[in-house]
Amino acid sequence: MTSDHAASVPSDHAVDIDKHVRIYITVFVALMALTIITVAISRLHLPIPIAVTVALLVAIVKGSLVACYFMHLISEKRLIYAVLALTAAFFVALLALPVLTVHDGFWIHQ
Amino acid sequence: MDIPYTVEIRRDTGLTNGKIGIWLFLASEVMLFGALFASYILIRTGAPSWPRGDTILNVPLATFNTIVLISSSVTMVMAWASLMRHRFGTFRIYMGGTILLGFVFLVVKYFEYSHKFHDGLFPSTNNFLAIYFTLTGLHMLHVFGGMCVNAYFWGPGAKLWKTNPEWFTNRVEHSGLFWHFVDLVWIFLFPTLYLL
Repeated sequence: MTSDHAASVPSDHAVDIDKHVRIYITVFVALMALTIITVAISRLHLPIPIAVTVALLVAIVKGSLVACYFMHLISEKRLIYAVLALTAAFFVALLALPVLTVHDGFWIHQ
Repeated sequence: MDIPYTVEIRRDTGLTNGKIGIWLFLASEVMLFGALFASYILIRTGAPSWPRGDTILNVPLATFNTIVLISSSVTMVMAWASLMRHRFGTFRIYMGGTILLGFVFLVVKYFEYSHKFHDGLFPSTNNFLAIYFTLTGLHMLHVFGGMCVNAYFWGPGAKLWKTNPEWFTNRVEHSGLFWHFVDLVWIFLFPTLYLL
């Protein structure tokens, strides 16, 4: 169910909400477990490239759970997806630009 | 004059105006934090050496704060679900819990900051602390802003529930979207600053 149904909730939707609440609790447990995993992995003192990759992968999984279930992105309208796709494109460009500037031989490098 | 499309769906967007508005705002927030993350990457990759976060920062406190913020996201979404079930009393309990957890987060950050200042560690000390204070400071402002909005809906803003419960439910959902975004930002800040 999307949030746009927030207008008067018919009783048959109450079952849907109960299902959602169970999902929220499951996601909460998963987020707690992943937080503990993140801290545990950091104690292994892995080499920086591996540590960064693993930490970001776990953070991406956690972030996706929050976005998909708490923010209801898993069942949103297409316009929201379009806005987020455009945002993601600019976000990636923003992150990539400084990385490119520090690589030898790239055109921005002095 | 009434604000249009607060409850009813616009045919062209398939959304209420409030919903599209909050998502556009969150898109701008992604770019704000994205610019700071890009700065972090640039400064870190350009530095001859970079300290591990856990040698300077308090990981147990930050882990506790991560648990606090994730818990507040759950209470926030449960507050919205309570309104969907037409249980206003339960909404008040969950929303109150969300505000309280936000307050706990800020108190813990206060102690973290105080300890750093006491040890003579300031934003001007080095680049690591500069980016740490900038990112966490901006994030704290967002937590505070979200708490203010949530407190409004818990208190005086809740009057709307009596006259227009659908609109009130939508407003709480939009406030929740912002709160979850703040949680999401912390999910990335925590490993980036404290663990790597």
